[in-house]
Amino acid sequence: MLGDAFTEAFTLIVSVNPELLEILWLSIQVSLTALFFSIALGLPIGTSLAITEFPGKKACVTILNSLMGLPPVVVGLLVYLLLSRSGPLGVLGLLYTPTAMVIAQVVLITPIIAALAYQVMDDLHREYRDLFQSLGIPLTKAVPTYLWDARYSLVTSVLAGFGRAISEVGAVIIVGGNIDHLTRVMTTAIALETSKGELAIALALGIILLTLALIVNAAVTTVRAFGLRNAYV
Amino acid sequence: MFKSEPMSNTSALSATNAPYIEVNNLNLTIGGNQLLHDISVTSFTPGVTMVMGPNGAGKSLFLRCLHGLLIPTSGSIRLLNKPHEATTASQSMVFQKAVLLRRNVIKNLEFAAPNGTPPTEITELLAKVHLNGKELQPARLLSGGEQQRLALARSLLTKPRLLLLDEPTASLDPASVLIIERLISEATEQGVKCIFISHDLGQAKRLGADIIFLHQGRLAEHTDAETFFTSPQSREAKAYLNGEIVL
Repeated sequence: MLGDAFTEAFTLIVSVNPELLEILWLSIQVSLTALFFSIALGLPIGTSLAITEFPGKKACVTILNSLMGLPPVVVGLLVYLLLSRSGPLGVLGLLYTPTAMVIAQVVLITPIIAALAYQVMDDLHREYRDLFQSLGIPLTKAVPTYLWDARYSLVTSVLAGFGRAISEVGAVIIVGGNIDHLTRVMTTAIALETSKGELAIALALGIILLTLALIVNAAVTTVRAFGLRNAYV
Repeated sequence: MFKSEPMSNTSALSATNAPYIEVNNLNLTIGGNQLLHDISVTSFTPGVTMVMGPNGAGKSLFLRCLHGLLIPTSGSIRLLNKPHEATTASQSMVFQKAVLLRRNVIKNLEFAAPNGTPPTEITELLAKVHLNGKELQPARLLSGGEQQRLALARSLLTKPRLLLLDEPTASLDPASVLIIERLISEATEQGVKCIFISHDLGQAKRLGADIIFLHQGRLAEHTDAETFFTSPQSREAKAYLNGEIVL
């Protein structure tokens, strides 16, 4: 039976099943959109936290690091409460839409990107701080320099965020509702099809998800290896 | 406190009989520990002022205070006959471990070059530090000596009037030391004042016009180089020059 399910799963993948394609496309769209907003929020948060000194900075770093381990279902619940009809943003009618899933993923991965960016930037800032002060480099020139010189490590952080977003199920199932042709993504579809006993589709999606994870990891390794080879990390 | 006699040179400062370095009652306390104690030094001497002393004497802290990287707990600093804050743009510092950006050699220089610096100036400087042909190499893959030469070239590119050097030749090969010493001598001939930390007595003799000797965060002696090496005044400097361990 399991062998049949695997055979059917590979057949679905090889035949480019339209249903699978639709789910894959939505998953990538949602996760890439979430990643875009998380980069836009996370990198400035991590960078400014690293290069500025203020009272309570250690507490902020501790909170940020703790947020990396946010339970997806809790994030899903909070975003649900926020977007539900009786919630503060209920009027927008975003619940059970891909936008709600993007919001949940942004909440989930922004702390990851910000915390990893903070670690990278903090190390770099410790190394460059005296030099920049010595050369009289203004902040407007220092920040782009930090971002550029940390590019290889930051790409790793960003890809880690993407990996988390694409493989996450708890939050998106709560705020997206797993509606066919609307909010069904790979992870929620796998959960649903498994519960229905439709192992072939679940396996096919699982294989695609694993392949995506492998590609992301290979990209991280390649980027990092290039950076290390040139002493840019 | 020793005050060396002004020496004849072409720089404007010595012509006006003004001190290059004027430090009064400098104290530095970090985390409850007093690390520099009441240091007062006035130097009218152009060229290279060597800062010497055993490990832990406070040499790097002293240099960092002069450069503004550390804020003294009390005391005043005047450099090049100006308040300390007014000279930061005219200063440049070479650190003991070269700090290089994660990019290639030429981009490291371009980063520090003032606007409008002609590319030929950068090329000439690269040749002077024997790094021509390595323009496109990742800077952090250069050897230790090459990295330090690049760091010095970058500092010189900013056209400083005061160059601070924190053991730039420590553990470098003789060829790199020679190149760096030549560049420093050339810079001083052009009127740049250098303050140079070194443990190398030979180097101090070759380069130093006057010597500031620190011991346990205090000024033990400040004298011209010749006097320092022939008849040091302080017990600590004598012991240091005799190769005895100074604690």
